[in-house]
Amino acid sequence: MPNVAKGDGMRGLAVFISDIRNCKSKEAEQKRINKELANIRSKFKGDKTLDGYSKKKYVCKLLFIFLLGHDIDFGHMEAVNLLSSNKYTEKQIGYLFISVLVNTNSDLIRLIIGSIKNDLLSRNAVHICLALQCIANIGSKEMAESLAPEIPKLIVSGETIDAVKQSACLCLLRLFRTSPDTVPSGEWTQRVGHLLNDQHLGVVTAATSLIHTLAQKTPEDFKNCVSLAISRLSRIVTSSYTDLQDYTYYFVPAPWLSVKLLRLLQVYPPPEDPAARGRLNECLETILNKAQEPPKSKKVQHSNAKNAVLFEAINLIIHHDTEPTLLVRACNQLGQFLQHRETNLRYLALESMCLLASSEFSHEAVKKHMDTVITALKTERDVSVRQRAVDLLYGMCDKSNAEEIVAEMLAYLETADYSIREEMVLKVAILAEKYPVDYTWYVDTILNLIRIAGDYVSDEVWFRVIQIVINRDDVQGYAAKVVFEALQAPACHENMVKVGGYILGEFGNLIAGDQRSSPMVQFQLLHSKYHLCSAPTRGLLLSTYIKFINLFPEIKGQLQDVLRNNNNLRNADAELQQRAIEYLQLSTVASQDVLATVLEEMPPFPERESSILAKLKKKKPNVSDIEVVKEGKKSSNPPTLNNSAANTPEATPASAPVPVMAAAPAPVQSASDDLLGLSAGPAAAAPITNNFAAPASFAAPAAPAGGGGLLVDVFDTPPAQNNVSSALAPQAEENFFNAPAGETAPSGDTPASELDGRFAIKNNGVLFENELLQIGVKAEYKGNLGRLGLFYGNKTSYPFQFFTPTVSCPGELASALNVQTKPLDVNTVEGGAQVQQIINVECISDFVDAPVLSIKFSYSGSMQQINLMLPVMLNKFFEPVEMDATTFFNRWKQLNSPGQEEQKIFKATFPIDSDTSRTKLLGFGFGLLDGVDPNPDNFVGAGIIKAQSSQVGCLLRLEPNMQAQMYRLTLRTSSTSVTTRLADLLLKLF
Amino acid sequence: MMKFMLLFSRQGKVRLQQWYSATQEKEKKKIMRELITIILARKPKMCSFLEWKEYKIVYKRYASLYFCCAIEKGDNELLTLEIIHRYVELLDKYFGSVCELDIIFNFEKAYFILDELMLGGEIQETSKKNCLKAIAAQDLLQEEADATRNVLEEMGLP
Repeated sequence: MPNVAKGDGMRGLAVFISDIRNCKSKEAEQKRINKELANIRSKFKGDKTLDGYSKKKYVCKLLFIFLLGHDIDFGHMEAVNLLSSNKYTEKQIGYLFISVLVNTNSDLIRLIIGSIKNDLLSRNAVHICLALQCIANIGSKEMAESLAPEIPKLIVSGETIDAVKQSACLCLLRLFRTSPDTVPSGEWTQRVGHLLNDQHLGVVTAATSLIHTLAQKTPEDFKNCVSLAISRLSRIVTSSYTDLQDYTYYFVPAPWLSVKLLRLLQVYPPPEDPAARGRLNECLETILNKAQEPPKSKKVQHSNAKNAVLFEAINLIIHHDTEPTLLVRACNQLGQFLQHRETNLRYLALESMCLLASSEFSHEAVKKHMDTVITALKTERDVSVRQRAVDLLYGMCDKSNAEEIVAEMLAYLETADYSIREEMVLKVAILAEKYPVDYTWYVDTILNLIRIAGDYVSDEVWFRVIQIVINRDDVQGYAAKVVFEALQAPACHENMVKVGGYILGEFGNLIAGDQRSSPMVQFQLLHSKYHLCSAPTRGLLLSTYIKFINLFPEIKGQLQDVLRNNNNLRNADAELQQRAIEYLQLSTVASQDVLATVLEEMPPFPERESSILAKLKKKKPNVSDIEVVKEGKKSSNPPTLNNSAANTPEATPASAPVPVMAAAPAPVQSASDDLLGLSAGPAAAAPITNNFAAPASFAAPAAPAGGGGLLVDVFDTPPAQNNVSSALAPQAEENFFNAPAGETAPSGDTPASELDGRFAIKNNGVLFENELLQIGVKAEYKGNLGRLGLFYGNKTSYPFQFFTPTVSCPGELASALNVQTKPLDVNTVEGGAQVQQIINVECISDFVDAPVLSIKFSYSGSMQQINLMLPVMLNKFFEPVEMDATTFFNRWKQLNSPGQEEQKIFKATFPIDSDTSRTKLLGFGFGLLDGVDPNPDNFVGAGIIKAQSSQVGCLLRLEPNMQAQMYRLTLRTSSTSVTTRLADLLLKLF
Repeated sequence: MMKFMLLFSRQGKVRLQQWYSATQEKEKKKIMRELITIILARKPKMCSFLEWKEYKIVYKRYASLYFCCAIEKGDNELLTLEIIHRYVELLDKYFGSVCELDIIFNFEKAYFILDELMLGGEIQETSKKNCLKAIAAQDLLQEEADATRNVLEEMGLP
């Protein structure tokens, strides 16, 4: 039919395209394009009277060239002209050019917003549609700001034709996604809900998309849509395929609309109204029934559309998670799909079933399919399907089938695709820990993991096995035995050496009675691997050796020989050299008693969430949801292994200075960011003090638990000294400070003393601790408001009486910061108890000093007083800003008055590392702008200080210089005082 | 929501690209390069869905052309396959058994047709009849314009 129209409009374009296609080489093509570009340029420049048609043709050619992958740097103005033309075809090409090219040029958008607005207000429906399409396809912020208010009218006006309504709904949806604030709320939100009843199914489909997204933000506003959606859905699923005419797709009535409605319903809980609920369940049952009917067509389109609705219905059933019958039916249906000949269906069935596994109603039903899933794991030809099978096995695993599933996963791991190995290792490690048959099985499983897939075993996994072995004394002897055996393999993975070294260092004595694993044999076995290992592992082994000196005095001589060996004593690696020297000295100088204390067996790790789980969550955010659901629902089935562990075993005195650990990615990404989540934090920290006793007594000068120092300025603890004592102690302590809050330690390279620095980039942690009291803090900030939760923990077994904390703002701070303290409910803190206090702060204007917290209480009859600074710094009221390079440079140039810029060139306090710096800047509150600075090593950032009186925009540039180990920091803000304060804060971080 | 749709040939040449969220040119090229390599390497019987970065990729091959969409995690994969199919049907109806060349030479039309079907990453009109009607109306406007031009040309006016 439309063959008449195609191409004939622009013969020149067709000729050009043919020419390009006939080019034999890349060079020829480039030549032809250059020729054309020159031609177009001269046309655009020279002939002022170029008519609309020619303009259209040339703009089209430019578009074609652009789509071939070449850069286009002119023609925009001509496209803008076309766009404002009255002729539809010219306008259409103008819009197309802008829509395709505009991402690269936001200045252009400002230029055309006027024209778009004209079209939007035009009486000509086709012009309105073009404008809406353009807005919806670009959807930029600028457009949202100036055009969003125009669109709701189009949606609800009675005069608008259906096609425009459809476009307007989706256009508004797009703008809402770009910037929700620009979409005005109002009476139209009420009326848009009624579009669900519209005659025109195209309008209903578009409106449902819009409502679905709006309802996610403000479910209350669209609550009445639930019943409307149910009745619409009910009408569709009960209709015959002829009823809906062209909205029936391959015998399936309105599949797109059905899916959208089912998704909208997933925003809400099951309806409370029994009638609505009954009706919805009927719909869901009908959909499940239809799945059992013979297909009305053999075409794949029919089955796809039908199953699309079915899967979405199952998603809703899972979302509601209240109808056991439906859940089990869904599970059976998916079970059929598991063996379907269509790969797509098998894939989706595995995926959906994974969700069903997390429901208590269907978990058992899912487990019945275990064998099928295991077969899938072994036989599927597509790795993405096998991946789903792994996920499902992981999801359906519980105490009853853990042994079998873990065994199957281990077996599969031997041949698994490289792309999924690491994740599988994490999953096996988690399952083994969560549902252990017994601890020996657990240890065996993890060692098997290391044996089979050592390269994919991340630090978290082997840290974890050590943590568990240390915490469970019934498995220590066994662990020592099996690592000893594992190490005897001729080729054994370095991770195995690490675990072996660590465990034998702690528990080698438990197997030393056997002649085959006498101290000397153990030592020689480990040392035979020494030369093949990387420096960090060697460091760990040196720590093992010093532990051996304590455990096995009889081989002290040989061990000292190793330490004394020039390869170690003069090793180019500073860490190894230092260890060798220090350990040698320690073993020579210290008496056996001192050694025994310093090198005592590791105390148990505090119990906390598995860091492996955290790692998996980080890797696969969607998995974590399942996990959370599961933990919440199956309280009858709690994790059995004691969930004990600090992030890393680096708190051990023997291995504290191992750089590999310090550099290990800090694994736990704050599991709970809300204030409530914290309460467990500091409490869990308390026992550590005892654990810590040994190294602390050894390293007394660096431990801040300064006895009588009741007036402790926490910001003023002396920095770590580079001698053996502090090398052992403060790092361990850093871990201890960080660990309880479940927080990321900034790569472990921040000395514990840098409280100021640490709290500048994090909100949670231990603020203060002495032998009586521990104070944990957890803070949240939004805009100019902040909320701090302080947790006072009584570490003694006697009560603190008259416990009164007060917060004050000295001097100028009083007018800059508004602090409200909720008084404590009690004035006695019982022994071992913890009380919480909430402090609200509001930033009025910028400030320098921190509020002072002073605590008075009576302990055993004597009054105690503690004064500290609260970690409230200016940057806490800092919010990141995103902008493009042009905006950034414009603003940068505007801030050039004296005092607005602060530049500091300084020596790096910490090793320069791009990722760490990034984390710090983000933690500090900057939005990092990538690609603005041509040098990828530099950081460019922007943010706004949200004080109540004023908002101060801040721009930053940080240039590290690796050779010199220096930084240049440049800050520009509109306020001198802000610039200075932020620069000071930042300086301490790098 | 759909993040982008790509049409590319078996030789890996991109024939159409529609992006529904702002993406830098450089990033676009990188994404296209990576995805095309991944998809061309897949075997015919393999699953049409794959997880890629934060997206789900849904693709299908029609003759010499691959149609590939990136959707978000919660979106329906099977129905995305049918969006692709509906688009192919529309192209086919419009061009009359469409082939890759039609799309090369009339790329702007391919865009206009897509714009009737999809808008801002969501399905706009699922009725084939309504889509084709809208396109036909556009062509009518174009014919009118062309007719005027031809008359003017005959009269010797530019």
